[in-house]
Amino acid sequence: MLASGGNGGPHIATLLIELGAILFALGILGQLARWLSIPVVPLYLVAGLFFGQGGLLELSASHDFLEVSADIGVILLLVMLGLEYSAAELRSSLRTQAPIGILDGLLNALPGAAVALVAGWGGLAAVALAGVTWVSSSGVIAKMLGDLGRLGNRETPAVLGVLVIEDLMMALYLPLLTALLAGGSTGSVVIAMLVAVATVTIVITLATRFGGHVTKMVSAEDKESLLLGVLGLTLLVSGIADQLKVSAAVGAFLVGIAVSGTVAESAVELLAPLRDVFAAVFFVTFGLSTSAGTLLPVLPLALLLTVVTAATKVATGYVAARRSKVKRKGRWRAGVALIPRGEFSVIIAALAVAAGVDARLGPLTAAYVLLTIVVAAAVQKLPDRLRSDVSGLRTATPASRSAD
Amino acid sequence: MSLEIISRVLPGIGVCQELELHGGKRIGIVTRRNGQRDIVVYDEDGDGAAEAIQLNGDEANVLAELLGAPQLVLRLTDLQRSVDEVLTEQLPIPVTSPYDGRPLGDTQARTKTGASIVAILRDGTTHASPGPDFVLRAGDLVVTVGTREGVDHLVRILDGADAPPGTG
Repeated sequence: MLASGGNGGPHIATLLIELGAILFALGILGQLARWLSIPVVPLYLVAGLFFGQGGLLELSASHDFLEVSADIGVILLLVMLGLEYSAAELRSSLRTQAPIGILDGLLNALPGAAVALVAGWGGLAAVALAGVTWVSSSGVIAKMLGDLGRLGNRETPAVLGVLVIEDLMMALYLPLLTALLAGGSTGSVVIAMLVAVATVTIVITLATRFGGHVTKMVSAEDKESLLLGVLGLTLLVSGIADQLKVSAAVGAFLVGIAVSGTVAESAVELLAPLRDVFAAVFFVTFGLSTSAGTLLPVLPLALLLTVVTAATKVATGYVAARRSKVKRKGRWRAGVALIPRGEFSVIIAALAVAAGVDARLGPLTAAYVLLTIVVAAAVQKLPDRLRSDVSGLRTATPASRSAD
Repeated sequence: MSLEIISRVLPGIGVCQELELHGGKRIGIVTRRNGQRDIVVYDEDGDGAAEAIQLNGDEANVLAELLGAPQLVLRLTDLQRSVDEVLTEQLPIPVTSPYDGRPLGDTQARTKTGASIVAILRDGTTHASPGPDFVLRAGDLVVTVGTREGVDHLVRILDGADAPPGTG
């Protein structure tokens, strides 16, 4: 955790003013993002960067409050990710998309790890950066596909399938990362990993088999009690998970998976506004903790990572869509759709930096997430310019591609 | 008549249903979990959207009504307009009716009266073109098309004032 920015006491008036100013500014950024029709997450990060340490704003009173809010933001982001997918969707994706999940992991995690190792940031940073470059942003991608009118496309299930698998993989990756960050002997890391894997497996199995029973404990009728119940359960499990060194984030994610059916649907509706507030605070706090000055030195590295892992994501999407018997144009669309990284990358970097891994990981991740989203937005419409296969066949170029 | 509908689950978003129209064009309807609907017209590849129209829940419902609901009413009013002596009436099945709990075929409505039963209204839902196996219940409204005498005759049958219902 960072030391408190100022030495003025936590005066309630100052706290309200600072907090109000931040939230109001974020609201305006949201409007701006809407007007520019881009995802709002990069704007939050930039805002944080430019008003962070060494920036314009010196936050004193609201510092601690923001730190706690940011932690809650992470927990809410993850419980919502878990709620988003029903247990049945998780299971069927796991069954049909597992090979793609492995390919996705290899292609996209390894470049991150390699860059950290070559830059000499050490093994822990390599594991963290592997996670940062691995996971696409389901939030950004779902919004982008909706805005571009691509939800009905044949390649879209393949794209979403990759996202589901990545989410599941995170349930295993985050405990590993947390165990490694906590340090200790190889034995303790292995034990922590085994506990995490066992917990995840048991919860997912229970959720797919008996999800209904877990859900029955909370009624979907009364909105207020449902909101409090799900929120309370999430914080409770996250806290316990944190005590057990499994990471609060993983606990929250597992609660999201375990809750299903109508309760999950209402919970998504009710928690979404809360998530929006606290996640915004998380992103801006992440930006605030890194000054704009530290951004420049890591920019070349961020650019390199963006170029390489944009290419590897395109390859992942291309293969995933080809497996779903989608034609060439659709494969490229699936590829470019997967480029944006987002909330998971920032969460991973925040965890790593808080645990004392190379501090440059923070600004690097911020710049990287920004760049991937910008690049993705720029190339999103390129596949539309490709000739479709129908006309391609008419002009008869037999050597162009092998058949499915 | 029946179109082949391909359903695709979109994890975290909803479901997409795709169908091919008679002209060879393919369209898809995306139903998102938040109630928003997208109508998609597919491109020549058949994979991607050449056009996508977003509808919110209300717009989708209005569109659905415009497309679907008036079918029955239209058919009936057309009938009524084209033949003056044909009329449409909704006949209730009283609690005392001998046909409460019996299949529609037992009424022998068409054979005896010449009137056609085109739909049954029950609990706010419409059961269009009911078959002879359709079991009637007290409280049903029987939508009938026929001549004045035919409809009046059917009223008596349903009330149990006509021929005894024992004959199958």
